[in-house]
Amino acid sequence: MPSTDPATQPARAGIAESTPAAVQVRGLSVRRGGRLVLPGIDLDVRGGVVTGLLGPSGSGKTTLIRAIVGVQVIEGGTVQVLGEPAGSPGLRRRVAYVTQTPSVYGDLTVTENLRYFAGVLGAPPASVERAVEVTGLRQQAKQIAGSLSGGECSRASLAVALLGDPELIVLDEPTVGLDPALRRDLWRTFHDLAARGASLIVSTHVMDEADRCDELVLMREGRVAASAPPAALLEQTRTASIEDAFLALAASPTEAS
Amino acid sequence: MNRRIVLATSSRILRQLRRDRRSLALVLLVPPVLLTLMKYAFEGQPQAFDRIGPPLVGLFPLTLMFVITSIAMLRERTSGTLERLMSMPLAKVDLLAGYGLAFAVVGTVQATVTSAVAFGLLGLETEGAVWLVVLLAIGNALLGMALGLFVSAFATSEFQAVQFMPAAILPQFLLAGLVVPREQMARPLEWLSALLPLTYAYDALALVAAGDLSGRLWLDVGVVAGCIVLALVLGAATLRRRTA
Ligand SMILES: Nc1ncnc2c1ncn2[C@@H]1O[C@H](COP(=O)(O)OP(=O)(O)OP(=O)(O)O)[C@@H](O)[C@H]1O
Ligand SMILES: [Mg+2]
Repeated sequence: MPSTDPATQPARAGIAESTPAAVQVRGLSVRRGGRLVLPGIDLDVRGGVVTGLLGPSGSGKTTLIRAIVGVQVIEGGTVQVLGEPAGSPGLRRRVAYVTQTPSVYGDLTVTENLRYFAGVLGAPPASVERAVEVTGLRQQAKQIAGSLSGGECSRASLAVALLGDPELIVLDEPTVGLDPALRRDLWRTFHDLAARGASLIVSTHVMDEADRCDELVLMREGRVAASAPPAALLEQTRTASIEDAFLALAASPTEAS
Repeated sequence: MNRRIVLATSSRILRQLRRDRRSLALVLLVPPVLLTLMKYAFEGQPQAFDRIGPPLVGLFPLTLMFVITSIAMLRERTSGTLERLMSMPLAKVDLLAGYGLAFAVVGTVQATVTSAVAFGLLGLETEGAVWLVVLLAIGNALLGMALGLFVSAFATSEFQAVQFMPAAILPQFLLAGLVVPREQMARPLEWLSALLPLTYAYDALALVAAGDLSGRLWLDVGVVAGCIVLALVLGAATLRRRTA
């Protein structure tokens, strides 16, 4: 339910909210290193779609993602994920998280990494093959992760999240350093996953990726500046590109809608 | 505790160790080489070699597992894999048991190789059973692992983690009674040594080496076991699901 306070209410385009919210954030505040990084935000993330999380560097995307996954110490507010409080033991099987910096074992091969995490998740061996395939790592499957290129390594890290059958997949800048063809393939994969009922939250710096999202959340200085589908956002801001929309929102700090 | 996860974790850790051929060679070769050095350094007083030899065989695994675990755990923290594991359906005890199992295997191999060299090739004499020395060595490997796991939480770089060896283990070696009998130490140090786990690990080995299987041996073993559990509990407390 959107808050009634106009100052904190994100721009909503009055979309029919039939799908239950995958994530419900209420009054979330997070302090990091003594500074209030998230000063109390409200947000609903629709289920079954790809939601893009955009915002300048340092705007709090990673912090919000960490709170959703339940690995962030929070100061106040609530975060409900798939109907349970974020970080609940029951969610550890249902939510997959890919950190911004790749997190795989550098001294194991791609396949060995995936086999291990599949073992922890109890995912079938076939899911390892599939994850390798989807992330385009067939050639690197037997390569030590520490010797992968930057983009390959982040794909290996992403592959781990595709093991098992997570209902919510949270990806922190998964497409950094990838070439356009691969990026397109991965976005296709994201939408395939969403079509099969999964919800995805994908943070990105790349504005042209915003068009590929079903929903957008724009963050600015720890606040949600806007939350709407791309088309609705363009309409509201009377702009032609998400980049312009973003700049328009940045220019009117007090009146987001 | 989940058996599948524990086994997956320990085989993953063993695989990582196996991949690092040089470290593995050091783990297996350094203790025999040091013992060989000592044998000939003590050529003039063979009874001294027979006194400190068996305890050393049993204490090498502790030192090594301490270093290996603290660095492995630190890497797990800094590479983000720990955060990843903590967001997965893995209980902390699964991770600890996985590490324990893997290092028990390494400790067993190391203790066996070291004993074979010491008691076989170097002619080290002991009143007690060699297999008891090996068994205590494996227990000490676990103690080293548990301590390493705990201190790794206080290191923010591998450089710091390596320093914990001389900082946390070396003093215990000096005070355990191996170098100087504890009764001959300054009083406060004698008291202090009674609080250190290595003192009991050493005492148990010295008793076995002397063929003394009295109740004191079991007391020592009990204290070491208690320290392993305590360090593991403290170590588990440093594994946080949520971080700032
Ligand atoms: N551990 C920390 N201690 C202190 N401050 C922190 C810590 N982590 C993050 N911050 C601060 O919190 C703010 C938000 O960080 P966050 O990582 O969420 O930003 P971001 O939007 O993900 O940025 P980027 O796009 O560069 O990844 C930043 O100003 C950052 O400096
Ligand atoms: Mg970030």
